[in-house]
Amino acid sequence: MFLKRKYQSRESLSGTGSRDNLLGEGKLSLRVDIKKQLRQFLLQVQLEAGRGCLGILGPSGCGKSMTLKTIAGIQHPDSGQVVLGRRVLYDSARRIDVRPQKRRVGYLFQNYALFPNMTVEQNIRAGLQYGAKIRGDYGTRMAELVERFRLEGLEKQYPGRLSGGQQQRAALARIFACGPDVLLLDEPFSAMDSFLRERLRLELEQLLDGYDGVSVLVTHDRDEAYQLCDHLLLMDEGKVLAAGTTRDVFGDPGSVQAARLTGCKNISRIRRLGPCRVCALDWNGLELATGREVGQEITAVGIRAHDFVPLGEGEALERRAQGADNLIPVTSPSIAEMPFEWYVTLENGIWWKKEKDIHTHDSTGVVPSWLYVDPSAILLLR
Amino acid sequence: MDWSPILISMKTAGLSIVVTFFLGILAAWLVVSLKREALKMVLDGILTLPLVLPPTVAGFFLLYLFGVKRPLGQFFLEYFSVKIAFSWGATVIAAVTMSFPLMYRSARGAFEQVDENLVQAARTLGMGEWTIFWKILMANAVPGIVSGGVLAFARGLGEFGATAMIAGNIAGKTRTLPMAVYSEVAAGNMDSAYQYVAVIVVIAFLSVIAMNRAAAGNARRG
Repeated sequence: MFLKRKYQSRESLSGTGSRDNLLGEGKLSLRVDIKKQLRQFLLQVQLEAGRGCLGILGPSGCGKSMTLKTIAGIQHPDSGQVVLGRRVLYDSARRIDVRPQKRRVGYLFQNYALFPNMTVEQNIRAGLQYGAKIRGDYGTRMAELVERFRLEGLEKQYPGRLSGGQQQRAALARIFACGPDVLLLDEPFSAMDSFLRERLRLELEQLLDGYDGVSVLVTHDRDEAYQLCDHLLLMDEGKVLAAGTTRDVFGDPGSVQAARLTGCKNISRIRRLGPCRVCALDWNGLELATGREVGQEITAVGIRAHDFVPLGEGEALERRAQGADNLIPVTSPSIAEMPFEWYVTLENGIWWKKEKDIHTHDSTGVVPSWLYVDPSAILLLR
Repeated sequence: MDWSPILISMKTAGLSIVVTFFLGILAAWLVVSLKREALKMVLDGILTLPLVLPPTVAGFFLLYLFGVKRPLGQFFLEYFSVKIAFSWGATVIAAVTMSFPLMYRSARGAFEQVDENLVQAARTLGMGEWTIFWKILMANAVPGIVSGGVLAFARGLGEFGATAMIAGNIAGKTRTLPMAVYSEVAAGNMDSAYQYVAVIVVIAFLSVIAMNRAAAGNARRG
């Protein structure tokens, strides 16, 4: 507080008029373009988010939380811009750095950051008083929030006495009491066990559906990102690996790292044999036909474990006779039993997953003679 | 029984805890707010010094600062007609100097154990810095600060070495309880000594109980 401020903290209009962002949503959008030198790597992120939820998926320590914090103003980038709608929150060129108090950003911390010295009610009131700047009677607004976040009966409790789910709801109530323009969620479920997670994810999904602003969710959990986010950004070591709608990103990750982040286990380096033909170097030279043309920049392919189709000896021969490609013989497989799947690993290193139910333990007949993969299911990766 | 040591000690400890309390909290907050690590360490070292120095050595430094032949001492003598060394005020200076590090360290520890996310969350909610200081930082640091205060009070009350150096052992003026015990034993008046010892023990005991209750207050929050 005693240190001199390098930057001005007043807000200013972005000066470019009301231009639509790339997502065509109109006035309310979040644009971020920042650089920050961290100890392990250089964080360099560009993103645009409109209404709806943007997910940032990446491993721990890749800089995703730091990105969120620079949007909120509680950490400062080295250079760049953060623009929300028509308000410039941060601009290193024009020396603008709006204080977090004025940014109207709602930030849900991983541990929820409820004030332990205040009751749930007092916590929410802090949001109403300092965020929404409501003076006088908080009664109606408070009642609305308590009802909406299912906190009836908990108003006078201290956060230490609440369960994980209740704490999260209280923290969200406090954030919504402020009426923020953008909602930032920092790994909202990593502090919970998986049993609770499923249920609360559904609740959060409903909440996000009903929220009219921009939201950004940071997570290292693939399923969470897929379920809750319409658009997705993949990050690793401070860089954005892929961006687009969630379905597009999962359907075509584009790079080896991105494919790994989206859960693709089978990845092999390749040698190009023809426009649509490759030799998989890590799979004992297996030759594969691809659905799309293999460009010069493609260095690897990926096949999702679920994408293989099991074939018996007879079926395989029939298909071969018809000229089908991508028939993989299953040689020396090893099989592992999981609660709901069989994990079959082939000699050449390929993983295959087959669903099962919890009562099945007998693995005879599970492993087929051949596996087939449709050329269009093969991911082409840089 | 001569009540003057008890009265002197009460006055001294009473005034010095008020001074130490505010100085300690202010210093702790300043150090915690510093960004540069090196400056933090140096400042912390200086502020903690009286804790590790022998009290007579600390008292020596105080004499070096405030003695009548020294610039500061002369300044006070000329402009305020106050002779600091060997006055009652010197007992307060000695008590404050020796108890300050305890208050400072306790307050600093209490501030540092407040989760940083709380402060950041408060900022995103729109709370101003002062509001954050009182409602978040102080409110959550209170148990640590209170137990630091009790510790500092007890230390100030029991101060001997530095007091002897800069305030002397003047009966009725600067003879605090600990000094009185020493003097009575030296003079062979064991009865008087026992009485003073009893008073000190009772106060010490009450201090420990107060500290434990403050710590329990911390645990109760869950």
